Amino acid sequence: MPKVLIVAEHSGGRLNQSTARCVSCALQIEGNGADVVVLGQDCAAPAAEAATLRGVARVLSVQRPENAAPLAAVLAPQIAALAAGYSHVLGPSTTFGKDLMPRVAALLGAGQVSDLMSVEGPRRFKRPVYAGNAIVTVEVPDSLPVVATVRTASFKPAGAGGAAAVEAATPGAELPGHTRFVEQRGGGGGARPDLQTARLVVSGGRGVGSEANFALLYQFAARIGAAVGASRAAVDAGYVPNDMQVGQTGKIIAPELYMAFGISGAIQHLTGIKDAGLIVAINKDPEAPIFQVADVGLVGDLFTVIPALERALA
Amino acid sequence: MQCHTGARNVQKIMVCLKRVVDYNVRIRLKPDNSGVVTDGVKMSINPFDEIALEEALRLRERGVAAEVLVVGIGPADCQQQLRTGLAMGADRAILVEHDDEVLPLTAARVFLRLAEREQPGLVLLGKQAIDDDCNQTGQMLAALWGRPQATFASKLEIEAGVAVVTREVDAGLEVISVDLPAVVTTDLRLNEPRYVKLPDIMKAKKKPLETLTLAGLGVAPAGGLRTVAWEAPQARQKGAMVTDVDALVATLRDKGFFN
Ligand SMILES: Cc1cc2nc3c(=O)[nH]c(=O)nc-3n(C[C@H](O)[C@H](O)[C@H](O)COP(=O)(O)OP(=O)(O)OC[C@H]3O[C@@H](n4cnc5c(N)ncnc54)[C@H](O)[C@@H]3O)c2cc1C
Repeated sequence: MPKVLIVAEHSGGRLNQSTARCVSCALQIEGNGADVVVLGQDCAAPAAEAATLRGVARVLSVQRPENAAPLAAVLAPQIAALAAGYSHVLGPSTTFGKDLMPRVAALLGAGQVSDLMSVEGPRRFKRPVYAGNAIVTVEVPDSLPVVATVRTASFKPAGAGGAAAVEAATPGAELPGHTRFVEQRGGGGGARPDLQTARLVVSGGRGVGSEANFALLYQFAARIGAAVGASRAAVDAGYVPNDMQVGQTGKIIAPELYMAFGISGAIQHLTGIKDAGLIVAINKDPEAPIFQVADVGLVGDLFTVIPALERALA
Repeated sequence: MQCHTGARNVQKIMVCLKRVVDYNVRIRLKPDNSGVVTDGVKMSINPFDEIALEEALRLRERGVAAEVLVVGIGPADCQQQLRTGLAMGADRAILVEHDDEVLPLTAARVFLRLAEREQPGLVLLGKQAIDDDCNQTGQMLAALWGRPQATFASKLEIEAGVAVVTREVDAGLEVISVDLPAVVTTDLRLNEPRYVKLPDIMKAKKKPLETLTLAGLGVAPAGGLRTVAWEAPQARQKGAMVTDVDALVATLRDKGFFN
């Protein structure tokens, strides 16, 4: 019988929603529930939060000063030690999980299934390749543990209603001293909704033209309660910080509504929004490729469309 | 305290280059769904690896490193991408010839052998390859080598045996400091790679390119992941065009938004 361990992601005392999405994935592998491991310096709060997720059987809490920052080189040997009792080890396909899980896999002598998007059997999964232009089905042999990052946009977060026990764990692993956390610099999000979990996302591309012009998008987003995203071109041009990038090399998101302003619709960008409920594109070029995938398209100048939208929604 | 003579920080940088379908190519599945069409398709250095090489060359030009070695794994055709790397400015190349699929764990085992042989002070490679999109090899190499990893780098500074790396993470930017030797994987905003000039292509033909084999390095291909099927993704349908903002708002309200 499969036994699944999920590596929780948390920050600022809160569990990241990606963990609840991993739980949904785990339940498709083994319906009876999964264990969650939370590593931190003081992670009682996120551990307690994980215990309330429906489908979580047990929460392992590994608290030690070395775990204060999520350094892959420090966390991986602890997770590899805990993995001994499990057939599957899952982490989210966020930058936290992408950094950490391959290190765990290599310590276990196993490969990794990256961006697991559907469970076809306990050891059979689908995942995207070539920026989502092809989907492959992969199989992991019985002789090896399954290590995977879960494409969070493909799974709904598990709901509340669980009451798992939280146990302290002390995996015996030697921790390296060669890697040190220096600092974290927040992005430009401020009080806006989180891009990865928001129901509504307003996104701007090179067509927005400048950092100052992005104020127009921030204002409109605030009006409708949306998070703000961007294309790589907008990030590279310095209009917005890197954490706002949506796409193959940015964030993969699945909001109910995605409104793209001045974004051409390059394949690498579209990879990030495939699972959006409704895609709306506003572009002044009627030939822009984004109109090929948008559910609703409007040919127009974003600088007149956005104020008009605000008036219409007022 | 470590004695620092002001000499170079890193003798050698090893850069891993993967040959991939060029990012401008719209890939097609083979008619029998056994993979993607690569015959007659433009192949290039994985864009992230190209950024890794550019960074290595800049470190050498700043006097931080002495030598830049490019390495690749794959069929003999990979020589083209290694030659391009030499034309960009790398000093020498190693191709580990292998005709079958190379899983990231296999690649990491090969790079480990090369790292043991070459003793680089720094290994640089792209954060992911744009064909399999795995984002694994650098982390796996670091694990097997027992050395630090700094993934998704957008800034790299080297001083006195330490690399200070700014990483692009979901929450913004994170700075970590790692002891050398270390593995650093590159993100898109680290630099803009240079263009290759014609005389450099000529010069590159004379630079050394050594060929090794997996077996010669004592590496067995990693078992594990087996790809059993390929398929096209579910395409999104082209939707409707509206002619003005009022029609757009009406459509959105009809779909249940802003009511
Ligand atoms: C390896 C690799 C990875 C990549 N990863 C990503 C990624 O993760 N995310 C990503 O987004 N890109 C990524 N890219 C880049 C991608 O290929 C495109 O270059 C990028 O998405 C283009 O951004 P854009 O649409 O904003 O700019 P452009 O393509 O320049 O499009 C700007 C659009 O704005 C429109 N416009 C201009 N002015 C106005 C106006 N006033 N009103 C309305 N419309 C206007 C124009 O008609 C045009 O369609 C990647 C590329 C590579 C090679």
